[in-house]
Amino acid sequence: MRLLSKKDSKLIMDPLADNNPITIQVLGICSALAITAQLKPSIVMAVSVIFVMAVGNVVISLMRNIIPSKIRIIVQLVVVATLVIIVDQVLKAYAYSLSKELSVFIGLIITNCIIMGRFEAFALANGPWRSFLDGVGNALGYGVILIIVGFFRELLGSGTLFGFKVLGDPVERTGLYALGYENNGFMVLPPMALIVVGIIIWVQRSRNKELIED
Amino acid sequence: MGLKQNLHNLREKYKGTKMAPAFNALHTFLYTPNYTAQGGTHIKVADDLKRTMNTVIMALIPCLIFGMFNAGYQHYLAVGEIQAVSNGFFSSEFWNLQNFILGFWKILPLVIISYGVGLGIEFLFAVLKGHEVEEGYLVTGMLVPLIVPIDIPWWMLIVAVAFGVVIGKEVFGGTGMNILNPALTIRAFLFFAYPTWMSGDKVWVEGAVERAKEIASGSNADAISGETILGSLAQSHPIDYSVMDMFFGFIPGSVGETSTLLILLGGLFLIFTKIGSWRIMLSATLGALVMGYIFNFVVDAGWVTESSKFYGLMSTEFWHHLIIGGMAFGIVYMATDPVTGSQTNKGKWIYGFLIGFISIMIRVFNPAYPEGVMLAILLMNVFAPTIDHYVVQGNVKKRLKRGKLKTA
Repeated sequence: MRLLSKKDSKLIMDPLADNNPITIQVLGICSALAITAQLKPSIVMAVSVIFVMAVGNVVISLMRNIIPSKIRIIVQLVVVATLVIIVDQVLKAYAYSLSKELSVFIGLIITNCIIMGRFEAFALANGPWRSFLDGVGNALGYGVILIIVGFFRELLGSGTLFGFKVLGDPVERTGLYALGYENNGFMVLPPMALIVVGIIIWVQRSRNKELIED
Repeated sequence: MGLKQNLHNLREKYKGTKMAPAFNALHTFLYTPNYTAQGGTHIKVADDLKRTMNTVIMALIPCLIFGMFNAGYQHYLAVGEIQAVSNGFFSSEFWNLQNFILGFWKILPLVIISYGVGLGIEFLFAVLKGHEVEEGYLVTGMLVPLIVPIDIPWWMLIVAVAFGVVIGKEVFGGTGMNILNPALTIRAFLFFAYPTWMSGDKVWVEGAVERAKEIASGSNADAISGETILGSLAQSHPIDYSVMDMFFGFIPGSVGETSTLLILLGGLFLIFTKIGSWRIMLSATLGALVMGYIFNFVVDAGWVTESSKFYGLMSTEFWHHLIIGGMAFGIVYMATDPVTGSQTNKGKWIYGFLIGFISIMIRVFNPAYPEGVMLAILLMNVFAPTIDHYVVQGNVKKRLKRGKLKTA
């Protein structure tokens, strides 16, 4: 007994590693650079994208036979926009400070190329269950990278994880700071996110040589 | 004969194994190998990569020695044990053993760390990727200790060198393939990662950080102030150094970049040996002078008043910009890097001019980044291939046109 058939589980597992939207397809980089200075916004962003993509894929998949192909982009935009506004309003209502921190980037999920890409490439041609799995898989693949980047940037840049002081107190100089350790201010700046993503790409491709493009 | 033969034997022993590049490098670095290339036509030239690198290092040695004296001089001057220099470049207040010993023991570890970590990574990558170790790091390793503040914690330097060599150079394919100057990548990393250790008035004089901590805890009342001239100007503070001090280098600053005189000599040496490009040095100097002159003109015209926060640096005499901060050092040793600079002659003029021009612009308009020359060179490193592309295309077009005229 398997929960998912082999073909279905491939939909989830592939984007997590060998077909990752960020490190392999190099999509959705902008938000990966902008909001990963800390772990918490990274996770919230990941969850938001999982919601938008899973529900969006299902909705598009259900409507796939009645959308006129000439205006399908507009229809897709309306669906994403609706879902993004729902996420945005929920965050504003229940996690106001986080929503301020994420600022425009929740709204900009609309422009996240991964989402429109999956609508076009998958949901328009497949049934709702498979589209759901594909949406969850791709959003998870995106989220995993976000969380890895956020983990290193927050740990090395601020010495904290989820705001909890892991490496000691930089002001009181306890823990590692007593030994003369300093936070790496470069980690908090967006260029470093690009470099961290680059390092992930490097590590991934040297582990699996098949991924190297010419 | 002994060592050379031993190295040769080691090399033969490890031939064809994974570690071969490492032993090859050791061997060829110290001696000229016994064998020559076989077959084909070979032109033997003396100025191979090894000699090129060693020439630059020779040009840097005076700056290093001066830096050691200056480190001690600035320290003892700040704590009030000696008087400021009084009679020119060869003042005995400056050139004494006490100064040198303090500087020597502070700077030697920086040099060792820079070479140890950098060459370690180069060897590691050579062994992993199976290519030969290139000599490119020899110069970078000497430049790095000269462009950091003397009190930089060792672990920070280790992290920065590792970052600079791996991300700035090895990921692009090693020596000759890098886009950015590795030494400046290392400094830029330090600058953005640990700004409190790379700027301000505490880090340029040996012991000043420790002293500041003691003052904070109340065990010592005498502060050491060691603001750089650029830092003072950015805050429109008065400067208590004469122009000759700045030119000779008796001022606080990064380890080896203070003495414009020695840098000038080093630059002439590089031009004379045809290692450094005089086009880049000259055009960068011109660029800096032009930008400085524009700012002076703006001030003279009365468009900027003393209340402006840019007044201090804008009203600095335009040629002073060349002798304060790392401007001269950057122009002579960093901008002329043959790998990351422009390759075409016309391109070198544009590349150099923009480096000088942008350096002063960054310096004046962003007092938080007083060392504009670092950012300007890194920026122009990125644009160097574009400049070359258009210079080459322009030449192609010109010659095509000439061809058409003839046939017509």
